[in-house]
Amino acid sequence: MADPRLYQLGTLASLLVYGMGWLDFDITISRAALLLSTVLATQWTCDRLARTRSPSGSSARSALISGLSLCLLLRTNRADLAALAAIVTIAGKFLIRAGGKHLFNPTNGGIVAMLLITNQVWVSPGQWGAPAFFAFLLACAGSLVVNRAARSDVTYAFIVCYAALVFGRSLYLGEPLAIPLHRLESGALLLFTFFMISDPKTTPDSRAGRVLFAALVAFGAWYVQFRLFRTNGLLWSLAACATLVPLIDRLVPGTRYAWAPPRAASTPAPALRAA
Amino acid sequence: MRDGDRTVMTMANDFEGAPKEFAVVIPVPTFLARDQIHVGDKALVDHLDAYSAPRLVEYFDANPCERRMFDSMMPFAAARAPAAQAKDAASLAKALGVTIEATYTVGEYDILILSAQQSAGLEAWLRQNGYRIPAGASEVIGTYLKQNMRFFVAKVNLAEQARLGFSYLRPLQVAYESPKFMLPIRLGMVNAAGPQELFVYALTRNGRVETTNYRTVKLPTDMDLPVYLKHSGEFASFYKAMFARQVENQDGRAVFLEYAWDMRWCDPCAADPLSGDELRQLGVFWIDGGESRPPNVLLSRLHVRYDNAHFPEDLVFQETGDRSNFQGRYVLRHAWTGGDTCSAAAEYRRAVDDRRAREAAGLASLTGWNVADIRKKMGGAVPVRAEPAWWERLWKK
Repeated sequence: MADPRLYQLGTLASLLVYGMGWLDFDITISRAALLLSTVLATQWTCDRLARTRSPSGSSARSALISGLSLCLLLRTNRADLAALAAIVTIAGKFLIRAGGKHLFNPTNGGIVAMLLITNQVWVSPGQWGAPAFFAFLLACAGSLVVNRAARSDVTYAFIVCYAALVFGRSLYLGEPLAIPLHRLESGALLLFTFFMISDPKTTPDSRAGRVLFAALVAFGAWYVQFRLFRTNGLLWSLAACATLVPLIDRLVPGTRYAWAPPRAASTPAPALRAA
Repeated sequence: MRDGDRTVMTMANDFEGAPKEFAVVIPVPTFLARDQIHVGDKALVDHLDAYSAPRLVEYFDANPCERRMFDSMMPFAAARAPAAQAKDAASLAKALGVTIEATYTVGEYDILILSAQQSAGLEAWLRQNGYRIPAGASEVIGTYLKQNMRFFVAKVNLAEQARLGFSYLRPLQVAYESPKFMLPIRLGMVNAAGPQELFVYALTRNGRVETTNYRTVKLPTDMDLPVYLKHSGEFASFYKAMFARQVENQDGRAVFLEYAWDMRWCDPCAADPLSGDELRQLGVFWIDGGESRPPNVLLSRLHVRYDNAHFPEDLVFQETGDRSNFQGRYVLRHAWTGGDTCSAAAEYRRAVDDRRAREAAGLASLTGWNVADIRKKMGGAVPVRAEPAWWERLWKK
């Protein structure tokens, strides 16, 4: 089947148009253009320097996904910081590697790095609002169908664990169920669940490893959000847990993921068989 | 005021009953020592309100917007029970599992810091001590107690109030350090008949404040509106209708940003920026008394209309890095009413007619008012001063 990233690109682009047109996202067309062109330029430069051989257009697709995610998540008044974020996002893939693959989900790594080095960037997790939620959910569910190849197990495991923690806390405190439901009805959470943590390149290679990884990310996110009372628990937790992936891969080894099976391969990659 | 983990919360409210009926019960994240509680000056909150109020580009002496204040407090009517002996009170509290961690008299308020094992105990204690707690409050109280939050309970000490000579209730201020940047609104909704109105004025150093668990939406601004809005009361009713309409458009689930501005200036100014001294009283601790430079303070004004159905959980905030300025600003363009002498006048009049039509349509879509009614209020065509006929100008009388 076609590269699942095409569906991702389509969904992210429509979400961005919707966010800019209807949800007053704090991002202008010129800022989006700056982010997208910077990720592409950085990807091209890094490919040249690293002499990577990827199928034509393949690395550009990944870079565009990262760029669109940055447009959806990253906010700053300053164009130079936006461009820096785009560079860090892509360059991080080439610079921070372990066991032959990049360590951080590019967008996640880029945003967390920017949040660490300056207080002039921020992420607005509340900006999606509830009316957008169900349309968004539909689009994300669609990505699961198209993306069967792309290891949706991590998505399922994460959302189950996170929902259990959020509901569990509310039940313990005696809060009405409307509260945990409202917390889960979040566009930012969906974007994270379906487009960030599901990144097959930065999750563990084995299924058991991915489920463990998802559970750790869920716990970390919940802890940051509801025990430390800090914003963006999802992003912090994913970045922290990503550093454990090489260890998980060593403990529970599995097959490395490739976006498209090599043409000469006689058997398709196991993950793609269902598609 | 919020900076890092430091918070100074100033609570003003529009309670209109007799002072002896007033009481406030709010969950606070930490224990509060006597020095962390202060009674502020109401004028400070009024000044903040005036400075950040939505404005017409023409200036008026009076603030056109309705005056309402930051009321995160939930005024419970407190019918006073006969004062129990202090010793009895403590032991009674203990029997109910309620610990009175501290009692203070600050200004005209008697203040208690309570913690409790169980919500039912705290509810019973509050009832026994003359607080009219609404049914259902116990569940909400329980969820805060389980998070180890304390309850801050304040009543007016009538003797102190008489001695101090204030005829109104001054705002209470509390200063504490906690990672929680939130506003408990759930207790106040327990017995609320309809939606409640809340204004939050946040003073920060880095950037604008927004909610992280609800959408923060900027109100429509920079519109040309019909000039009749300058008449007394019209702007206030426009703003009220516009706000109600925007709440509806957002399905009742959004928090609205009305103002975000660097406190060093304003343009246009609805009122002067607050002085360094006023800001320090509101909790801006990073202003040094002797500092001559203007303070680095950003004011965000959030306005929310909330009820249980649309705001199930407490408001959680974050300070963003956004330093861009935003204000509710509405433009009245007065048409030229001079005589019809220049050649471009006809064209101008047509343009004015178009503009007036746009203003009427814009006002209708912002407020949901009927266009025909608006047109009627705007009157007919722009009145034109009668010019003397050409022959009248030939021979002066």
